[in-house]
Order: sequence, then structure tokens, then C-alpha cells
Amino acid sequence: MQNSTSATPPVRFSLSNLLWTLVRYREAGISIFILLLVFVVTLRAPSFLTADNFNDILLNISILTIVALAQTMVIITHGIDLSVSSMIGLVAMMVAFVFKQNPEMPVIFAVLLGMALGSVLGMFNGLIITRGNVPPIIATLGTLSIYRGLVFFYSQGTWINSFELPKSFKMLSKGTPLGLPNMVIIAIFVALVVYYFLNHTRTGRDIYAVGTNPDAAPFAGIRKERIIFLVYVLSGLLAGLAAVLWASRFESAQTNTGSGFELQTVAASVVGGVSISGGVGTVPGVLLGALLLGIIQNSLTLIRISPFWQLAAQGLLILIAVISDKWILNRVERTNK
Amino acid sequence: MTENILELKDITKRFSGVEVLHEVSFSLRAGEVHALLGENGAGKSTLVKVMTGVHQPDKGEIYLDGERVSFADTRESRQVGIAAIYQELSLFPDLDVAENIFIGRQPTTTGGRIDWRKLYADAEKLLLSLGVHLDLKHKARSLSIAQQQMVEIARAFSINARILIMDEPTSSLTLNEVADLFRLVRRLRDEGTAIVFISHRLEELFELADRVTIMRDGSYVDTRLLKDVTRDDLIRLMVGRTITDLFPKEDVKAGEVMLKVENLTHTGTFRDVSFELRKGEILGMAGLVGAGRTNVARAIFGVEPATGGRIQIEGQEVEVTSSQQAIKLGLAYVPEDRQLHGLIPAMPITSNISLPILFKYAQRGWLQDKVELRAAYNAALQMEVRANNMWQLARELSGGNQQKIVLSKWLSTKPRILILDEPTRGIDVGTKAAVHGLMSKLAAEGMAILMISSELPEILGMSDRVIVMREGHVTGHFSRAEATQEKIISAATQTVTLRSEQ
Repeated sequence: MQNSTSATPPVRFSLSNLLWTLVRYREAGISIFILLLVFVVTLRAPSFLTADNFNDILLNISILTIVALAQTMVIITHGIDLSVSSMIGLVAMMVAFVFKQNPEMPVIFAVLLGMALGSVLGMFNGLIITRGNVPPIIATLGTLSIYRGLVFFYSQGTWINSFELPKSFKMLSKGTPLGLPNMVIIAIFVALVVYYFLNHTRTGRDIYAVGTNPDAAPFAGIRKERIIFLVYVLSGLLAGLAAVLWASRFESAQTNTGSGFELQTVAASVVGGVSISGGVGTVPGVLLGALLLGIIQNSLTLIRISPFWQLAAQGLLILIAVISDKWILNRVERTNK
Repeated sequence: MTENILELKDITKRFSGVEVLHEVSFSLRAGEVHALLGENGAGKSTLVKVMTGVHQPDKGEIYLDGERVSFADTRESRQVGIAAIYQELSLFPDLDVAENIFIGRQPTTTGGRIDWRKLYADAEKLLLSLGVHLDLKHKARSLSIAQQQMVEIARAFSINARILIMDEPTSSLTLNEVADLFRLVRRLRDEGTAIVFISHRLEELFELADRVTIMRDGSYVDTRLLKDVTRDDLIRLMVGRTITDLFPKEDVKAGEVMLKVENLTHTGTFRDVSFELRKGEILGMAGLVGAGRTNVARAIFGVEPATGGRIQIEGQEVEVTSSQQAIKLGLAYVPEDRQLHGLIPAMPITSNISLPILFKYAQRGWLQDKVELRAAYNAALQMEVRANNMWQLARELSGGNQQKIVLSKWLSTKPRILILDEPTRGIDVGTKAAVHGLMSKLAAEGMAILMISSELPEILGMSDRVIVMREGHVTGHFSRAEATQEKIISAATQTVTLRSEQ
């Protein structure tokens, strides 16, 4: 059984090799893109490159990062969770309501309550998908509407406003006891935990295995249904955490809280190199994906470009990301056979 | 020493009503290589999957060391020391070589963290002991089929199993690689591992195995010591069934040449395939799965055009580059996998039948529903399709009726040359006889039929002439009188081939 040694081709510098490296290692590609963007925007609007502004960007992308990481785990299993935005809306409303009733409640309870409620909603998604055999995109499209409907049902169409919420709750996201806003610290913490989980635990690796070849999972003794159920519960749990931070940051819970957010989380994942066909995706990639989206949003506002272009830019990035994924796959399969 | 380590008693397994294993028994001793032999579809792979818990038997018992056991999944069978290499490749394309070997049971530290250093070290040691040289960090996606096969083998060996099951592990290995693998298997056997070995290459069984169990049509036939049997004995046991009027073939005098194929080649799949097909004739194309027969059919029908060679239809040289063109030339092709290629499961019977010649039912771009319905109804009536009405969806019908719909669909195009790929696979005996009857009738009416089949009785019972393919080459050519099961199997499995290249 010899003859299988794979020789590394000699590395020569050329433009196409450079381009290939940037596409192949998505993290490198996005990093360069971000640096270019920062450079160009700074020329147009010097106020962009200030500590204050970057603080602002980090605040803006914290919630996106948390939910995008959840979305990433789901997409790696070749699924998708469209209901995250409605879970955020529903959990935010419920937690804010509980706080309105019990202003003396310790803030940590709000966090735990949010995660618990989110997990229950996620379990419901997981059950529909694994037990009911419903494709994830349909199942979560359904619960996207159902959970949003429940927000109206629960709130009777009313909002919870800033004055109804205790200060301790509002400071949960914005306080800076550790130098950075709590929300940013929480996002970093979540990223570290997800990174460890996906790369250093058996269950984490099973998530990749199920996504890359679901049919082979039973041969390897992997319980596919459990893994799929689990990622939707985790998605709910992190959406629940994000909901609490959302209500705290914007000091309100509205019937449309989170609306449309699901697409941003998918965008951050896909731009960050998570493959929609499953099995591929890294935490650093998603962090950079979220950062890139945050910078685009922030900078286009600074250089006074209409919000329409923000959406268009986001869409363009997604297309570039997906096309280069395809390109990588073809090239990897071609060169090594 | 003759204690059975694993014993299966009267195992029966059904898939959606179809019995694929019927009261099969099998026993395995420590320190033996036990071969499983049978034609395609005899139930070997299903039996293997019952042993490892991928499938659960509907009836019957499994004993391990004399204790009754049952496995809910492969995790449970692995825990008692059963490892398997399955026929279908079961690697994870986006994981690397080392992780593919240990997936699901990566070494962990006390805290539950995966010990990557140990994992790579173990993988390296394992591959070294197997004599395999592979980059541990390469994604499985980027490996060749043979390399993937070796990763599968490494995975099975890494379990340190008491029972190792290998379902066609050699199918894509070179001779040297096979020799290395056999050395390892013998070493394990001598250390007391019980090994189940499946291969279509009879030479390999004589070289490696101690005992052989033969299966046919999902049933147990016999278990023999290999030193007591000859190659011909094995073939007879494997295929020996009596052929009755399942095959109502009429004698038809063959007419002029309808289809002539010369040196047809498709780089990588088949090479220098030549044959003639005459009016009123059924030409059987035999061979093992993967011999390239379907690719030849697809090339003739223009789905995957050939890269070399010539095709003549009714004396005219043609270059078929699309199935639309093939239909216009009077060809029809009933594909192997009716779910995948032959039917649109979510469409009603009418639309399924009229699909290939929809253009005939259209006037100024509008479909004439009534004409379409009448034509489809007549075709379905002729094939005796059993359905509630013509609007029933194809997926709601039984396998046999689906096959009839596929046939009706192609017959409605009024072809002169009909290519049938595994026309009766997975359908019940009654429908089988009906399909055979229809084939015979069509041939008598002057149609030229090329029939690809892996079922030897069907080949022998229905063909006027037989050609045999093996690994992309034609390796046998027999008239109806000459053809025997032994000759065909021999041509389909011979290990030495004369290659025209090099």
C-alpha cells in the first residue's frame, strides 16, 4: 500500500497563487479585505479610525456575533435556523415583561431565564426537524412566523419601554466594569466556548461529521438525530442570550424586535466561510464575517451612502463568498485526484 | 477451537415489504477467515449490516459467545468488538485522514477534551503498521478512491476488533495493495481475530478464506471448507436455480443490423466496446455492477457522449450528443434507477408517460390535454398498469407498477431500438414475468433490444446473444446456445485481462 504520498507542489509566487491563498484561507481573505476597506474609508472619513468609533462597531456586532455563531453550528450540520429573529423577539418580550413585574430581580436571573426560554423554543425546532422529518428551512420558516405571532399574543400588541425597565437591567449590556462593555465581553466569551466545543470535543466534531456526510454517520456510530436536535437547542439558547442583551441595549422590547435579523446571521456565517452545504466553517471566520458586516454598516453611514447600498453590499459579499466556496471545492477535488 | 464466536440464526429482514433476507444462518469462529459469496442482490451486504447493527433483523437471533445479543446501532456492536468496512464508502469528506479514522471515538483527556496530539500519533502509528503512506492532515475529499478505501481499512483495524467484517475491501485496490492487505488479514487471523470477507473475485477467496458461506436470493445455500470445493462448485452453488417459464422467450429470426458500435470508448469508464444489435434480437449485456455497462448505454443514448469510437444506426453513422437526438433516431433508454432517472415521482401518471414526446401533443405552444391523456391511457392499458386513475402520482405506485410506467413512457415514443438497464431489479416475480413477456413480444414485432442485467437467469433466459463486460472491457461474447452461467461468471470475474493499451 505505497504510492499514496502526496507531494506538496513547489510554491511559486504569482498573482493567481496569491488569489488562491486568499480564497482558500477565508480568514486571510477577509482580513485583507477588511484592512483595505478600513484604509479606503479612513481616507474619506478620518473620524472612522478612532477608538470611539471602533467601540461602537464592536457594540453593534456583539449580538450579531453571538447569534451568527449559533447559526454557524446549525449550518455546519447542513441545516439553517430562520427562526432566530423571532426567538429573539419572543424571549426579549417575555424577559422584559418579567423584569417590569419584578424590578428587584437580580440581572443574572434575566440571563438564565432568557437562555432557558430560548432553549425550549430551540427544542421545539429540533423536534419538528428530527421527529417530524421536516426540512430545516421549512420547519424554521414555520416557527419564524409562529414565534413572531406569539410575541403579539403575549404582549397584546403593546411595547415595553425604557422607563419600565430597571437601570441594572439596562446596564447589563452597556456597563464597563472590565474595560470593555459587558456585551462585547460576553460575545468574546461565547466565541471562546463555541470554538472549544467545535474543535476539542467529540460532540463538536460529530457536528462536522454529520454535516459533511450524513449517510455515513450511522456507520461511524454517530447518533445523527441527537446531534441535529442539539444544534437547534444551542441555537435557541444563544438566541435567548442575545434577546436579553438586545432588550438591555435598546432598553425596550417591541413586537418587531429582531425582525429580519435571521438573514444577517446567515450572511455573517456564509461570508465568514461557513459552507451552506454543510461540514465546513470556523469560529474565527465567522467572527471576521460579522466584523466585516459591522464595518460596512458603520462606514457607509459615515461616508453618507444610502442604506440601500448597505444591503446591496451585503448581498454582493454573500454571492462572492458562495461562488468562491464552489471554486475551492472544484479545485481541491480536481488537483488531488 | 471450533467454538462459534458469532452466530446468526434464521435472520429475516424486509425493506418496505420486500424480503431481502430469508431465514439466513451464519456462524463465525475465532481465527478463521469466513467468506460470504453470492450474486449481486443475494443479501450479503444486508447480512453484514445486521451483524453490525446498521439494520435490525425482523426475525431471528444473534448470539455472541453463546449469549443472545441485539445491536441498536454500530456504536453498540463496536463496543463488543465488531468492526466493519462497508461496501459503500463512508468517509467524511471535510474531515482529515486522521480524524476520519477515529471519528466518534477520538482519544480524550480526563476532562473530555480531544487529545489531538495522541490522535495524530496513533493514526501515524496505525498507517505505518498498515504500510500506508498518507498525509494525515489531508481532507478525505481530496483522496483518490483507493486512498479512501485504505482510510476505511485503517478505521476498521484501529478498533482492535475481535470480529472484522470486510465487504468488498479490494474492489478498488491494485494487486500490490491487495497483497499487503491480505498479509495483514492473515496476521490478524493468526492472532485469533474472526474475519468475514466478501469479494466477487473467486481467486481471492481461495487465496485467503478458510470457509465459505454461499447465499442466493436472500437465502442461505450452504457452508463449505474452501479446500474441499472447486471454482466451478462455487459458481454452481451461487447461481444454481432452476429456470422455469419466468422467461417466455420466443424464437425470432434476427433481421438487419439496427445498431452497430465500434471501439466505443469513454475515457476512464470503458474502452473499445464493439457489438452489433439486429432487428428482432435481444442482446443481453452481463457483468458485475460497475463494469461500465450503464456507461455504454448512456453513451449510445447521448447522455454521456463517448470520447472515441463509432456508432451506426440502421447503417448510418451518427454522433449522438443528446437524448432528444437519440429519441428522434428511434432510440429509447429505460434507466437502471427508476426513482432517480426514470420517473418524476411527484408528477401524475399521465405526465410521466407523455414527458419524452410532449412536443407531439403541443399545438402552437399549447398542450392538448385530451390527446395527451388518451395516448398515455392507451400506453398504460397496454402495460396493464394498476392505478386508481391517470392522475395518481407516480410515487404512490408499487415498484412493479412504477417500472411499467417507465416502460410505457418509452414505448409511447415508438422506438426501434430499446435499451433496458436492469429492467426487473427489485420487482416481484409476477411483474417480472410480465415484463419479460412484453420484451419477447416487442422483439417478435421487430424491435431491437439491448438488455443490461446483473441477474444471470434473466440474461440466460431472455437473450439471443450475450456479451459480458468487466472493468470497462468486453470480455466475453456468447450465442444463446453457448452461454452458460459458468462461462458468463468466469468472463465477468476473471482477474487476468489483456489490455489493448500499453
